[in-house]
This record gives sequence, C-alpha cells and structure tokens, in this order.
Amino acid sequence: MWQKLTSTEGGRGLLLISPPFFYALVLLAVPLGAIVLFSFWTQDFMNLDTTFTLNNYREIVEKPIYGALLQRSLYVSASVTLVTVLLAFPVAYFVSFHVRPERKSLWLFLITIPFWTSYLIRVFLWKVILGYNGVINSGLMKIGLIDEPLTFILYNVNAVIITLAHAFAPFAILPIFVALEKIDRSLLEASQDLGESKLMTFLRVTLPLSMPGLVAAVLIVFIPTIGDYVTPELMGGAGGKLIANMIQTQFLALNNAPLGAALAVVAMISVTAISLAFVLLNIRWLKGRS
Amino acid sequence: MRLRVYAVAYLVFLYAPIALLPIFAFNDATIIAFPLSGFTTDWFSALATNTALHTAVKNSLFIAVMTAILSTLLGMCAARAGAMARFPMKAGIMGFIMLPLVLPEIIVAVSLLVVVVQIMGWGLSNWTIIAAHVLICTPFCIAILNGAFQNLDPSMEEAAMDLGESRFSAFRLVTLPLVAPGIVSSMLIAFTISLDEFIIAFFLSGASPTMPVYIWSMLRFPASLPVVMALGTILVALSIVLLTIAEILRRRGMARAGVKDKGGFL
Repeated sequence: MWQKLTSTEGGRGLLLISPPFFYALVLLAVPLGAIVLFSFWTQDFMNLDTTFTLNNYREIVEKPIYGALLQRSLYVSASVTLVTVLLAFPVAYFVSFHVRPERKSLWLFLITIPFWTSYLIRVFLWKVILGYNGVINSGLMKIGLIDEPLTFILYNVNAVIITLAHAFAPFAILPIFVALEKIDRSLLEASQDLGESKLMTFLRVTLPLSMPGLVAAVLIVFIPTIGDYVTPELMGGAGGKLIANMIQTQFLALNNAPLGAALAVVAMISVTAISLAFVLLNIRWLKGRS
Repeated sequence: MRLRVYAVAYLVFLYAPIALLPIFAFNDATIIAFPLSGFTTDWFSALATNTALHTAVKNSLFIAVMTAILSTLLGMCAARAGAMARFPMKAGIMGFIMLPLVLPEIIVAVSLLVVVVQIMGWGLSNWTIIAAHVLICTPFCIAILNGAFQNLDPSMEEAAMDLGESRFSAFRLVTLPLVAPGIVSSMLIAFTISLDEFIIAFFLSGASPTMPVYIWSMLRFPASLPVVMALGTILVALSIVLLTIAEILRRRGMARAGVKDKGGFL
C-alpha cells in the first residue's frame, strides 16, 4: 500500500495533501456539521437537551427581531460590497493599466499594509474620525462648511458601512487587479482600431473580461462581512447591531448556544443562497452577451 | 492623471485611521479628540508597568509563533502537492482547504466552540485558539508558498535523485533552499494574522486573554484609551516592519523560483 502510494506522482500528491486536508476536515467540516446538529437541540441553562426539535428555527421565524437583524445584516453586507467594489475598481484599474510594471508590487504592498494592522484599533479610530467631536466634524466646522456636528455618520448603519468598506478594501482590489492583469492588451488596441471609442472599449472589452475578478471580489467581501460583530458593536450604536452581535450574545451572554447555532446556520444559508444567485445571474448575463 | 489622483486619495483613505494613531499616542490628554494639547510619552511608560497586558502579550506571542510554524508546515504540504501535476480530486481538495479564506470568522469561532466545549467537554486554552488560527492562516500560507513552489523546475530534484540522493534529501538539499524565503514570508504573515486576530480569540480564549481580547476590554474604559493608542502605535510599527521583511523575502523567493512577480499576497 505504502509502496503503491509513494511510487506514483498522483499517490505522492495525495499523501502530501492529506495533512492539510484532514486538518480542514476535522477543524472545519466536522464543526460545521456539529453546529447544524446543535441547532436542532435545546438548552435549558446548563442542561443540553439532545432531542431533535425545530423550536430554535420556529423562534427565529416567529420573533420579528431575528428577521429584522438578518435583513439589516444582509443590507449592510450588500451595501459594503457595492461601495467597496465600486471604490476599488478604479484603483485596481489604475495599478494594472497605468503603473509601470516594476512599481506594481509596491502599490499592492501599500494597499495591503493597513489591512494587516491592528483590526480592533483601526475600527476604534473610525469612531475618532466620524464622532461628534471627531476629525471630520471639527474639520468641517473649522472651515465653516457646517455649523453643527453631523450626527448621521456615527452610531448607525452608515458608520458600520464606512468602516467595513475600509476594512475590506484590499480584498476587493486584489482579485480585480489579477483579472485586469490577465487581459490581453492587444484586444483593447483591436477594439480601438475597429473604431470603438475609449469608453465603449472599456464597456465592451475590459469590463466583461474583468468579470471573474469582480465576481470574486463581490464574494470575498460579501460573505465574510456577515460575520463581523466588532464594527457594529463599536460603530453601530443601538440601531446598528447586526446578526453576528446576536449570535455572539446567544453564545456568550445568554448561554443559549443552540439558538445561536440556529442563527449562525440561517445566516450562512442566506449568504450562500444570495452568493449562488449572484454567480448564476452573472454567468447567464455573460452568456447572453456572447 | 485623474485616475492617479483618485488612487492617491484612496491610499489616504486607507491610511487615515493608522495615521491618527501616533498623533494621539503622544498627545497629552485623556480624551481622544482634536485639538491636541501637548506632547507626552506617559502613555508608553504606562504600557511598561501593566502586568495584565504583559501576560496577554506573552499569550499572544506563544499562539502566534505556534500558529506560524504549524500553518506554514500545512501550507508547505498543500503548496508542494499543488505544484505537482495531478492527483485525484485535486481541485476539490484544494478548494476545500482554501475555504476558511471566505468563511465568516464568527462561523469558525462558534462551530469550534460548540465542538470543544459542548460536545467534547474540553476546556478552552491557548491551544484551542492555536487550532483555529492554524485553520484560518493556512490558506494565506498556501497563497504565498504557491508563488515559491510553482514553476520550480522538477528536473533539478530529479537530477539530485539520479545522482543518488533519496527523494527526501533531494527535497531538503535542492528545493528547500530555493523556497526558504517563501517559507519565512509565510511564517511572518501567519504570525501577523494570528497576533491581530480578535473575533475567534474572543470566543475561544480560556481564563487568560490574548492581546486583542485584552485591548477589547480596554476599549470600554475611556481612561485607558490613550494607552491603547500607544500600544497600537507600537503594534502598527511592528507589523509594518514584519510585513516589509515578508514582502522582500516573498519577492526573493519568487525570483529564485524564476517566476515573474505579479505582486500581492493573495
């Protein structure tokens, strides 16, 4: 058996991949299965009742707070995705098309640095920037643009969206950049030689060809944002809490892990369903064009 | 030209929060707001005497070092296997290992919490955090190591084996030196991610908190905020140094492997 495995390249490949594969299996697939199982159980203070029940899901459907939180979370994630990708696309385009090749990695390095540094403190500093006496308000008042501090930029959903859009910026730029880099530049010349304007060339050649990167960027921003509870906790105020805050509360404060598990399952299914719908629509759109 | 202005403005937006850190870390006021009142290094000296923080930092360093080593080892297996031609279900297995990259961290946190505490009945410790951090860091390590392992000419190892080396020593003597910069780069990135990770650590830390968990508790007390700013300044400076080294090594690794650098960790 061992001989057989090590003698072929395919066998050696399987042998090599098995440690990371089994690690992911034991620490990812098994726990994900466990959380689904757990969501059908109930907990009464410290005692876990392992009889199968749909009560947790019933509670989520019946109590309006959970639906409202989920809806708001999906709205925030979708807005963050839209803002992040729209803001990121021109940057990725600039780095790919207008920066000299030897300078490209420097630009990408500069873009990724803030992403790796002290997440918690970065979120907190947005509070300092957007706050009542914050940088933006005192700056705008000093130059006389406003008389009173703006209040719509902190402790609400807008603040959460701004902060998350900042945190996920590199996640959006990198996949778009990679897709743009793969575009054969002679196609753009061909399009212009055939009489298309620069704008039409962008719309009909560059944009469709960069679609794989855009889709990847959308998914890589949309899916993880649903799980963030730090930003809504610090920036959201009372009206800006999201589903992740509720999951955290159920697990750590209310000691109702099964309900928290059910909420996590519902959130995951919603996000996956929306992502799949997005990918399928995109494939159909791209097909319809060709 | 307009695009360049936009790109620079975007960089300013990206760096705005970090740029504020040292300003408030040296500001002689307990309130984190403008106008500034004076220069002080008190907040930095307060860090030196905070023993609870020191314990948290020690925990985090232990977790980050273990995570860096373990996730880079797993990443090396995966990147090496990925660089090899073919094996059954390659794309599926690779995709599955990379999955934590897009999975919401809270899902990873609660699912591990359920397994460890509720189902297995074990206690939480630094090792539960390490286990989770290795899971989320491995995809990043693979992304970096791929650059080093791919396009490595297989005929070099074959030559070593033809000359009588075993498969393992051919790997050790020929491939390992070539990918060494990538390995160090991968360890530095995993170290940085683990040191900074909060969401998972908050769920899975036992009696003694990690540094981000301790920072989280400090954020609730306005009086401790300037100290947090001082700590943040040190952390940002440290991670910029580590990331710069990682980037230089990553590029060197790609150059050794003969790959044209396309830039970016991901």
